Amino acid sequence: MSGEAASGALAGHGAEAAQAAGKAAEQAPGLMDHLPALVVLVPFLAAPLVVLLGARRLAWPVTFAAALFSLAAALALLSQVLGGAAISYHIGGWAPPLGIEYRIDAANAFVMVIVSAIAVAILPYARASIAAEIPARQHVLFHALFLLALAGLLGVSATGDAFNLFVFLEISSLSTYVLVAMGAYRDKRALTTAFNYLLMGTTGATFFVIGIGFLYMSTGTLNMADLAQLIAQQPGNRTIHAGFAFILVGMGLKVAMYPLHLWLPGAYSYAPSAVSAFLAATATKVAVYVMLRFLFSVFGPAYPFEASALGLVVLPLALLAMFAASFIAIFQVNFKKMLAYSSIAQVGYMLLGIAMLSQTALSGAIVHLFNHAITKATLFMVIGAYVLRAGGAFYRDIEGIGRVMPLTSAAGVIGGLSLIGVPGTAGFVSKWLLVQGALEKGWWWLALLVVASSLLAVVYVWKGIEVAYLRSPRDDVDRREAPLAMLVPIWVMAIATIWFGLSAEWTVGAARTAAEALMHGASEIVISGGVGR
Amino acid sequence: MQQGVSWEYLVGHANYWLFVLLMMTGLYIVVARGNFVKKVIGLNMFQSAVIMLYISMGKVAGGTAPIFPIHGEIDPATVYTNPLPHVLMLTAIVVGIATTSLALALIVRIREEYGTIEEQGIWEAEQEIAARERRQYGEVFGEGSQ
Repeated sequence: MSGEAASGALAGHGAEAAQAAGKAAEQAPGLMDHLPALVVLVPFLAAPLVVLLGARRLAWPVTFAAALFSLAAALALLSQVLGGAAISYHIGGWAPPLGIEYRIDAANAFVMVIVSAIAVAILPYARASIAAEIPARQHVLFHALFLLALAGLLGVSATGDAFNLFVFLEISSLSTYVLVAMGAYRDKRALTTAFNYLLMGTTGATFFVIGIGFLYMSTGTLNMADLAQLIAQQPGNRTIHAGFAFILVGMGLKVAMYPLHLWLPGAYSYAPSAVSAFLAATATKVAVYVMLRFLFSVFGPAYPFEASALGLVVLPLALLAMFAASFIAIFQVNFKKMLAYSSIAQVGYMLLGIAMLSQTALSGAIVHLFNHAITKATLFMVIGAYVLRAGGAFYRDIEGIGRVMPLTSAAGVIGGLSLIGVPGTAGFVSKWLLVQGALEKGWWWLALLVVASSLLAVVYVWKGIEVAYLRSPRDDVDRREAPLAMLVPIWVMAIATIWFGLSAEWTVGAARTAAEALMHGASEIVISGGVGR
Repeated sequence: MQQGVSWEYLVGHANYWLFVLLMMTGLYIVVARGNFVKKVIGLNMFQSAVIMLYISMGKVAGGTAPIFPIHGEIDPATVYTNPLPHVLMLTAIVVGIATTSLALALIVRIREEYGTIEEQGIWEAEQEIAARERRQYGEVFGEGSQ
């Protein structure tokens, strides 16, 4: 009987789901028990639904409803695990380690909230933006791919099975390549960029699978919790060392760790604006999460090989990214490309927080994940509005645009300040935690370097502000403010940037719990799911 | 751990040597070849090498195919190979096919836009676009950044 109720709840989502939730709450297992699967499944099933419906008018509402459902589910999951517990969901009732497990703890619930919230914020904006950048006949497919990318990213976050993670990673990556290539209607270089991204992304994913293969070879399991226990028992195993290296390099490619970043500037600058905003805010963040999960949960900070790998490889590369990428950003003539290089630098801060191997620095990295997501979403959306009105994202196109589009540009300034890390914006909170983490370790030189690299951000942000405000507008530009459908999401993100900069308790608290969960495991494990039983 | 390199060690790991060879060949082709289709072929070899790695590790010495007898009585003395890596590789093959078809579709579009699928020609075309952009947009900041 209970199985029937569960499958009924699985089938009917949307409006019925809310009612079903009320009814099924008393009976177990109800809708709430299946949230870990539904958060991924709803956008995943909505993607083919959008294509089958085929109508352009229906594509957006279905996509938005699915993203909204994911956000609600992710928030519900986060509220359940913020106490330090973890939810273990057994797909199809097969118990792990043999069955695939979705394991939700504070870390991945937090990432899922980021991803789905950004999707919900960007979709209304995308509607206006893609109308100008992508031909109408592709809109249905755009929404389907957007949903697949979303489902893939959520799946990567939710799953507790290493191979399942790879599959979701490829689902999100493959749809991302196509989304980037859709920029070809404005600039044909989007095609070669997407192709290069595909080559590098696939190489990275294949490295990751080889690494997983080595771990499976020496442990005989693919379940992450199980892997963690078995790896701890054989610290000297050379095969596991090789697996660790392959996983680090593979995910390094997906994260855009400094010398492996070559796919990123092109992908972000030639993709349609809405796609750039979504990718910049989510794709690399989820890859950083995977890195965190493997470095801290699967291998664990006590793993002897890890401290040296992080200290000798990741830390210098992160520092290099912070300076070199910021420096390159200064010399760009295209606003969008400048932001892309700045993203590489910002990923450097996250890797820095990871490489310091302390709980404060790790919470700093996780908060930066969130703060940078909202900051970059704001900025890329602002650029999309510029592209719509001024016809391009070159500094030349946007001279004096601060006077023509005051509201959009003001949001851009807020985003820029947060990128620098000015107090009162979200970017300050995470950099503060990173500096604190460095000082805790007595590495004052590192704290100084973090501050020094922020000065480079001042230069490139100031260049943008100078062009937008201190020049006189060109005569041939469209002298209108961005449409309301774009302004609202832009300002929601800009206000969030300030909000989370002023009241950081929620984000920092969640990040601390997440860091705790990553480093020490969950305090208790709640088992849910099991449709087959 | 170190047992020295014996003849048995070399021959016993033959499929792993082949995996290493195939993987490095594939990766080299991706990096070194200028033709995009050849790059995709290299990527395919790289992915196939992984399939070989997984299938090799699933093999249990003396094991038979992991199919239970039809009458359902399992002889505990029978050794079966591990079927899980095979299943995983089915998924990896699907991912590989999707990647290849997407890459080929992109190549078709690149050919339509650029008229070539050679890296050199595309690089030159893109340098030209970039130079034009610099001329057109570069002089925003004083003397320009050429």
